[in-house]
Amino acid sequence: MSVRLALFGGIYNNYLALEAALKAAKALGVDEYYCLGDIGAFGPFPDRSFPLLYENQVHCIQGNYDDSIGNQLDNCQCGYTDPRDNYFAQISYDYTLENTNADNQKFLRGLEKERVLKIEEQKILLCHGSPRKTNEFLWESTTPLHFLELFFHQREVDCIAGTHTGIKWHANTSLGQFVNVGVLGRPENDGTTNVWFTTLDISRDGIQHNFHPVVYDYDRLSREMQLEGLPDEFIETIQTGRWTTCLEVLPQKERQRLNH
Amino acid sequence: MTSESTTARVTLSHLDELWFQVTGTRCNLTCNHCFISCSPHNNSFGFLSRTEIQNSLEESKQLGVKGYYFTGGEPFLHSEMVEILEDTLQIGPATVLTNATVLKDEWLQRLQQAQSESRYSLEFRVSIDGFDAETNDPIRGEGTFARAIRGVEKLVHAGFLPIITATRTWKDSEDSSMLSGFISMLKQRGYSQPRIKLLPTLKLGAEQNRSGGYSEQQRVTGAMLQDYDRSQLVCEHSRIVTDRGVHVCPILIESPDALLSNDLTTAAQKPYTLSHGACFTCYQYGAICSNISTGSGPSGASS
Repeated sequence: MSVRLALFGGIYNNYLALEAALKAAKALGVDEYYCLGDIGAFGPFPDRSFPLLYENQVHCIQGNYDDSIGNQLDNCQCGYTDPRDNYFAQISYDYTLENTNADNQKFLRGLEKERVLKIEEQKILLCHGSPRKTNEFLWESTTPLHFLELFFHQREVDCIAGTHTGIKWHANTSLGQFVNVGVLGRPENDGTTNVWFTTLDISRDGIQHNFHPVVYDYDRLSREMQLEGLPDEFIETIQTGRWTTCLEVLPQKERQRLNH
Repeated sequence: MTSESTTARVTLSHLDELWFQVTGTRCNLTCNHCFISCSPHNNSFGFLSRTEIQNSLEESKQLGVKGYYFTGGEPFLHSEMVEILEDTLQIGPATVLTNATVLKDEWLQRLQQAQSESRYSLEFRVSIDGFDAETNDPIRGEGTFARAIRGVEKLVHAGFLPIITATRTWKDSEDSSMLSGFISMLKQRGYSQPRIKLLPTLKLGAEQNRSGGYSEQQRVTGAMLQDYDRSQLVCEHSRIVTDRGVHVCPILIESPDALLSNDLTTAAQKPYTLSHGACFTCYQYGAICSNISTGSGPSGASS
C-alpha cells in the first residue's frame, strides 16, 4: 500500500497557482495535502488563498510570515539582511497584513510550527525552514549532508521536508532524505514562469519524491498585482521567472542560474 | 546589579561556521586598517598544512558544520590553497577571503571545475576599500586597486560572482554614495550584477594605530544581551583554527583569552565572555563575518 502526499511550499498570496496546483494534485490521486507555510507575501489579494486551503482540507504548518501576520508583528521575519531586500519585503508585508482579515489571521496564529507524520511505518517531519529554526535558509549549495544528518540523528525521522528558500531540491543522506518542496508563490529564478510543488509516495519500502511544475495564469496574476499597486519589480519576477528582489541571500550556485 | 548579570557570556548554539587562518598573519599587502596587522613579515601566526586542515574537516563532519571559511593573511600565498579548497568542496560549501592580487587563471579554472563537480558553492570575498585608486590605495598600498580589480576581472571571467567587501573607512552617512561608486565601477569592469558587503572597521591591530582604539565604555554587558538575537554574534556559531589551536572567532585571534582549546570538539563546548571592544562592534553591526551581500539590484539601483 502506498500513500501519496502533496506538499506545497510558500504560497505568497499566489492563489491562482494554488488553484492550479490543487487541480494538478487531484489529477495525480493525492491522498492528503500539506502546506509548509508562508501563505502570504509578494502577490495580490491575501484573503483569496484561504478558502482554497479550507475547502480542500490543506493541513498547514506555520511559516515565519504566518507567525508575523497572525500575531500582527512589525515585519515578516524573513531573515533578509540587505537593506534593499528588506525594503521590498516590508512593502509586501505591510500590504499583506492590511489585507488579511481577522479570521484568517486567527487561523495563521493557531498553526503548528512543525508536524511529524507516521505513515506506513515511515516518519516524515514537516517544517518551514529547518527543524531548528523557522526562517533558516537551507539552500542546496550551502547545506552539507553531514549537517542534515544531525537533524535525522536528533529527530529520528526518515524524511524532512521544508520550504522557505523558494527553490526546490532533494538530498539523500546516510540517515534519511531531505526535500525542499519549492514554492507556489514565485518562479525559481531559472527564467521560467512556472512554479513547483512536491509529492511524496510513502510505502513500507520507502519514500519517493517527485517535483511537479505548475503552469498557471501568470498574466492575470500580474494584472492583479498591478491593480493592487504592488511594485513593478515583483511583477517582473512573475513575468520573467527572474528574481529581482530578495536575492542577496542567494548563494553563488543558485544565483548563477541566471548569472545575477 | 550583580556581576553575574552584567557578564556577557555567549555559548555556541551550534558550530555552523568553521574558519581556518590558513596562512596565519602572512600577507603580500600591509593594509593600514588590518585588525591583525598582517604583512609580508608578520609570522606571529603560521601556515596550516593541508593535512591539518583535512583532519579538522574530518572532525567537523561529526559536529555537523554547515560552512567553511578560509582567511589569513592572504590565503592564496599557501602553495596548496587550490587543493585545500578542492578538499573542502567534497564535503561542504567553502568561502575564501582574498585580496585577489595574486590569483592565477589556471587556479581559477581548476576551482571552477571543482565547484561544478561539487554540490556546494565556492564563494570568493575580495577586499577592496575604495572604488578607485585614490580612495583604495592609501589604505591598502600603492597600486593595489589596479591589481585587485584585475583579480576581480579574472574571477568574473572564470564564472565566479565574487562578493566585494569594503571596510567602512568613511562616515556611515556616505555609505550610499560609496556603494553607488562601487556598483558603477564594477559594472564598467564587466561585473554586471556585483555583490558588495560593507564592513565596519575593527579597532584592533593596525587599525587601532590608524583611528584609535575602543573606549572602556565600548563593551557588551549581560544586560545588553537581553532580548538580543545572539545568532548575530560570530562566537555564537563559529570557531577558527590557527596554528596555535582553536579560537573563539576570526577577529580576536591575538587575544590570549580567545584561544579555547587544541581541538574543535572542546572549543565548541566552551562559552565565551564578550570582554573586548571588538565584541561591541560585532554586537552593534551583527553578522559581520557572514556572506550576505548588499544588493546592486537587477536594474542596478540600490534603495
